[in-house]
Amino acid sequence: MTELPTKTDRTLGLVIDLDTCVGCHACVISCKGWNTENYGAPLSDQRPYGTEPMGTFLNRVHSYEVQPETGPAQTVHFPKSCLHCENAPCVTVCPTGASYKRVEDGIVLVNEDHCIGCGLCAWACPYGARELDQAEGVMKKCTLCVDRIYNENLPEEDQIPSCVRTCPAGARHFGDLSDPNSDVSQLVESRGGFDLMPEMGTLPVNKYLPPRLKDSWDDQSLLAPLLEPVAEEAQGFLGWLDKALDKLPGGTA
Amino acid sequence: MHPAPSVIVFSTLSGLGFGLLFWLGIDANPPTGLAAFIFFAIAFALAVGGLLSSTFHLGHPERAWRALSQWRSSWLSREGVCAILALLCMGIYAIDLIFLQIHATALGLIGAALSLFTVFTTSMIYAQLDTVPRWKTPLTPALYLSFSLAGGALLSGRVNMAILLLVIAAICQFIWWQRGDVALSDSGTDLGTATGLGERGTVRSMAHPHTAPNYLVKEFIFVIGRKHAQKLRRIAFGLTFVLPIICLLLPFSHVLAIIAVLSHVAGVATSRWLFFAEAEHVVGLYYGAR
Repeated sequence: MTELPTKTDRTLGLVIDLDTCVGCHACVISCKGWNTENYGAPLSDQRPYGTEPMGTFLNRVHSYEVQPETGPAQTVHFPKSCLHCENAPCVTVCPTGASYKRVEDGIVLVNEDHCIGCGLCAWACPYGARELDQAEGVMKKCTLCVDRIYNENLPEEDQIPSCVRTCPAGARHFGDLSDPNSDVSQLVESRGGFDLMPEMGTLPVNKYLPPRLKDSWDDQSLLAPLLEPVAEEAQGFLGWLDKALDKLPGGTA
Repeated sequence: MHPAPSVIVFSTLSGLGFGLLFWLGIDANPPTGLAAFIFFAIAFALAVGGLLSSTFHLGHPERAWRALSQWRSSWLSREGVCAILALLCMGIYAIDLIFLQIHATALGLIGAALSLFTVFTTSMIYAQLDTVPRWKTPLTPALYLSFSLAGGALLSGRVNMAILLLVIAAICQFIWWQRGDVALSDSGTDLGTATGLGERGTVRSMAHPHTAPNYLVKEFIFVIGRKHAQKLRRIAFGLTFVLPIICLLLPFSHVLAIIAVLSHVAGVATSRWLFFAEAEHVVGLYYGAR
């Protein structure tokens, strides 16, 4: 049914830290790997070794430059995948009921056996989170690694989304955002996590943590006192050499 | 938005077909026998041909029947259900007129209402999308309905009604274009709100996720179409409204009628191409485009 649940038991999602993301694209690769081999149709590539290689990805990393009114510009690496919106417009537009939001954990999924590949859900998504697989003709999207997080055959540390498990910078966090005491909710609270395009009314579950502001040129460095010269005058043998050389004709430096 | 030929053909032909069915359905004195057969054959060819064409862009056309299930929430599903109900009603109405010389008035009125509602559901598929500010307006249903009614009146040979409705449709089209040109900037959505970084300064896309384009870029960012948009608008306006109205004002002849219809169809197709080609999807913002 493509009607949205009025309330979900849990609200699983990601918190992405724009301060620590280094833009290495490891999450992109691990996502592609896991989701090609597991849930649903594989993520196909078109012309992978030819001109204009293309493929289906559930997670992509953009890079932006933010230029404040004064001071240097800041580079922000920006991973983007499905935000598992509470008011997901992609679900309600689906004509077949293939797109749905789960009551138990709020994950937005596609039943690929019912998907006709009309593409309307991708049109309805403001975030570009859905991609129509060009080989399978069905809509692909982030499943929040639904086949990992409940998979008891995996070691406990692997029962989190592939992108979170892989991130070498610790920039991706997974948890229940409906529980105010969860680690992810605490992160959002303490760091001022925000929504993307809040004006769309999609109520995204995934939150982004802002990058810290760049140091200004005038800021005093914490290390400055440690960088003071420790010896004004040379001592010992070098001191004698310095004086002896000064006395030779030819001037000083 | 990528102007997919199958969707343009669909919305052009089906709009005309259902418009013609509407006028045949409410006709107090409808044609019977062979004349009815010709009118209904044209209407059904346009409406059904358009619907079939729309299935060509599906990834899995063989599952299209599933699209009838979600009419409670999905405008696309409602469109499918309405179209089938309208065609069923008008099919029986047509058989009655062609073979039995019976005018089932009530059935015709129901079929006419369903035909018009089908066009409305088509327009709502676009008008519901917050992601395409150019489409997100009550003017979009007004545009689709006025085009359909005008085209139907033209095809059914209602000269005065066609002139009146063509003028109304022309006004709708003009206002729709004017509003559309400022829709994205008026929506308040930009790369700043898209990334949530706008309050810190000017956000600029520095590097795309991949060097080659992808499905999103190909589907949502169609900039080549905008190069000649203004010229194409004038051509569409001339073909859809001006030339047919001139033809209708001149003394009646079959040649002029055919010119009016063909010109109108070509104009609507051009307008529908622009409808997609000029539309900016907000996903484009993430790619530093619009």
